[in-house]
Amino acid sequence: MSEVAARRDLGRLIFETGAPESACVEPPELDVPDVDPASAFGDAVRQSPLMLPHVTEGEIARHYERLARLNFGVDTGFYPLGSCTMKHNPKIAERACRLDGFAGIHPYQPEETVQGALRLMHGLQEALAELSGLPAVTLQPAAGAHGELAGLLVIRAYHESRGDARRRVLIPDSAHGTNPATVAMCGYEVTQVPSDERGGVDVAALRDALGPDVAAIMLTNPNTLGLFDENVMEVTRLVHEAGALAYYDGANLNAIMGKVRPGDMGFDAVHINLHKTFGTPHGGGGPGAGPVCVTQALAEFLPDPVVAKEGDRFSFVRPARSIGRLRSFSGNFGVLVRAYAYIRGVGGDGLAEVSEQAVLSANYLMARLKGVYDLPYDRSCMHEFVLSAARLRRAHGVRTLDIAKRLLDFGVHPPTVYFPLIVDEALMIEPTETESLETLDAFADAMLAIAREAERDPELLHGAPYTTPVRRLDEARAVKEPDLAWRPRTPDAHEEA
Amino acid sequence: MRFVPVTCEQRERMLASIGVPSVDALFAPIPDEARLGRPIALPDGLSEVELAAELEALAAQDVSGLVSFAGGGCYDHYVPAIVDAGGSKPAFCTAYPPYQPEVSQGTLQAIYEYQSMVCALTGMDVANASVYDGATALAEAALMAARVTRRERVVVSGAVHPEWREVLRTYARGGTIEVVEMPVFDGVTDLDALGGLAEGAAAVIVASPNFFGCIEDVRAACACAHDAGALAVVAVNPIMLGVMEGPGALGADIVVGEGQPLGNPVSFGGPGLGIFAAREQFLRQMPGRIVGRTVDVDGRPGFVLTMQTREQHIRREKATSNICSNHSLNALAAAVYLAAVGSRGLAGIARACLAKARYLHDALLQTGRFEPFSSAPFAHEFALRYLGDVASMQAALLKRGYLAGVDAGRIDDGLARVVIFAVTEKRTKAQIDAFVEEVASL
Repeated sequence: MSEVAARRDLGRLIFETGAPESACVEPPELDVPDVDPASAFGDAVRQSPLMLPHVTEGEIARHYERLARLNFGVDTGFYPLGSCTMKHNPKIAERACRLDGFAGIHPYQPEETVQGALRLMHGLQEALAELSGLPAVTLQPAAGAHGELAGLLVIRAYHESRGDARRRVLIPDSAHGTNPATVAMCGYEVTQVPSDERGGVDVAALRDALGPDVAAIMLTNPNTLGLFDENVMEVTRLVHEAGALAYYDGANLNAIMGKVRPGDMGFDAVHINLHKTFGTPHGGGGPGAGPVCVTQALAEFLPDPVVAKEGDRFSFVRPARSIGRLRSFSGNFGVLVRAYAYIRGVGGDGLAEVSEQAVLSANYLMARLKGVYDLPYDRSCMHEFVLSAARLRRAHGVRTLDIAKRLLDFGVHPPTVYFPLIVDEALMIEPTETESLETLDAFADAMLAIAREAERDPELLHGAPYTTPVRRLDEARAVKEPDLAWRPRTPDAHEEA
Repeated sequence: MRFVPVTCEQRERMLASIGVPSVDALFAPIPDEARLGRPIALPDGLSEVELAAELEALAAQDVSGLVSFAGGGCYDHYVPAIVDAGGSKPAFCTAYPPYQPEVSQGTLQAIYEYQSMVCALTGMDVANASVYDGATALAEAALMAARVTRRERVVVSGAVHPEWREVLRTYARGGTIEVVEMPVFDGVTDLDALGGLAEGAAAVIVASPNFFGCIEDVRAACACAHDAGALAVVAVNPIMLGVMEGPGALGADIVVGEGQPLGNPVSFGGPGLGIFAAREQFLRQMPGRIVGRTVDVDGRPGFVLTMQTREQHIRREKATSNICSNHSLNALAAAVYLAAVGSRGLAGIARACLAKARYLHDALLQTGRFEPFSSAPFAHEFALRYLGDVASMQAALLKRGYLAGVDAGRIDDGLARVVIFAVTEKRTKAQIDAFVEEVASL
């Protein structure tokens, strides 16, 4: 019945709910002399009618309950979205970040009144330094892409401090789109480096691409194919020989904890996605956090502030030659609390198990699926792997998108599709360590069933999904006739009512 | 705590099915010279009971529950209970960005409604799904203006929050924009000095209310920008838009703001959300995610991420920004908050802040401990110059349970002895009176 209720008012907006006289929260009675806004603001006073919803608390409660039922989260079902690490988000972390001592403190409170928060941040810095193998840490960046911006600006400041103007950044062709976009924001040019036949960086091509104008390479290892690049030491050595630095995109850290660290692979800077490896919720888009860890040589350029410990007292300090602030205040503190809770709860021993199980589960699924789907790089994977539906497309005209949409009918969130770009009809699958064998098997069974459907009845797949609240949406229309905000049909009528 | 459900016996079965003798064999590609070769040097895990106790002990080391008169970009407004009840449901929290719209209509519709509310507040045509915070929204607006105008120089008011200006300068380190500051006179932007600076600029950026809480002549600043062929970027406080005109009606091309006051706790300064809205003609140069309304194959209404050819996953180095996320949960909280308070409620809250700020302002001046900082009108926040040592004043009041404003000198060296006070609807007359009495007794 609840599903029926959720679907009944499909698309009905909160603006179309309630009555003009309805209200949920009223401000308290004014206990000081009123001030007429017009006298305070002159012609900056609001004259246009304000068109916010008018609803009761009950209507709001039902509205968002209905919307939640139209959503799919990790708490709903299996979410093998490659490169996103959709693991279980521990509930204790949600409770912790709401504690009044964390949620109720102001960023400009004197440091002696926020020693708990600073101690937590310092502890998180230390943990990330240990896991990355890089000693200096900033928690400021708000997301992975923001961490990339921090890291690359730090690298730029380092080169500039040596009077060494460099202009290019090398990026493998399997890289995530944020890497080249970040390079552009930092005023550098992108030089793409091809992958070799084993899916790693083509070392010969790297040698050719390197030169005195190269500032850095941005690398993910394991890369976006889910493969560990065996030549990584050679890659970072060549980069350093050319006077460039090595940046590590920590998106795939969940694969290697306890086995190998970016610092030990020769990387100079790394960002870590707390919302991937450390179980903070993705929130349907954010907030996440993208702390950056760097070598001692880069530490003085880190964004302001970092947390320092002196005796038993913690304080914010500005690194000596800081690139400056990258956002207001000190970071997405609520996310930092969750990540700290995760790391303390799971512990050093547990984190090693996390990576082992994540890799084992991925290899298990890959073994179950590789006979039926194409595996472009047939070697053991790390925490994720990439399949191709190219054969199904050629034989039956079924595309990766069709497979993804059909999976929705099996109650599974689809893998990442059409990424990385170097694999035709790519399906990028990351099961994570928090899924049971039963769940993994059910997913493999669904994938195999869909492959059989593709053979028997390709049309069935072209039309999928059938069981979701809405079916395939008209994206072309969304672009051609942009409807990006609700507007009242007759504003005056709304106001007068 | 352990979240791995696979048993030892199942691990063996999985290994057998893969055809490898051990989990270690799967890590064979890692070169020996790079291997950690020792256990992770972090303490072992804790049970949930132990962890909860440790976190509560940490939180207890912080002083919360102070009677706060601190703002400076982060405000202690009341968060209605429905905000957490409606916005923190696991199906919202544990979802990925809505790239599979068939199973993401909840997030998508909530964000579409958020965008609609931002447009209503700001008087702009289009809004994105939010960026990280107000400061990064401002920096993104400057980069966007540079793309639109094909110019590099952005002119920012010296009365914009010092941290926001610093973020702008950090974003400018890539060399794609150059930042110039407008002088401040009597707490507001010196628009007489703007004319020359704006010439050839990509953007003119002002905040109203500004860092000092003062109201700027937004209409004149926008006109000045347009005369010079620059875009007008205006930073707002979303609560005060309950009684202040949306900058869209005053000539703004891009409106940014920190959305934390809308239903998000102060949380040591993050996460909040960056409000970002613009005129429709600039839509294709906007950064960040945007949700649009459309229909499905059966004609049912639905929502999708749209205009994605602006974004990094499609356009890579030619994208409008590297941003790959939004502060969706915070935007959701903002939307639930705005639905909860409605138009009248928001106006009432803004008006209460305005009246209480005026009340505190006048009472503090009467103590004889302060002198005025500016003669410009202010909103919910105001600056005064303290006639003594700010740090010892704040320390003394802290002992009595008050957060006595923001010491602007700590944020900007040029503002020694300037204290900025913010007053929200949560503060009662009794609290304000008691606070003023403490100040007078120092």
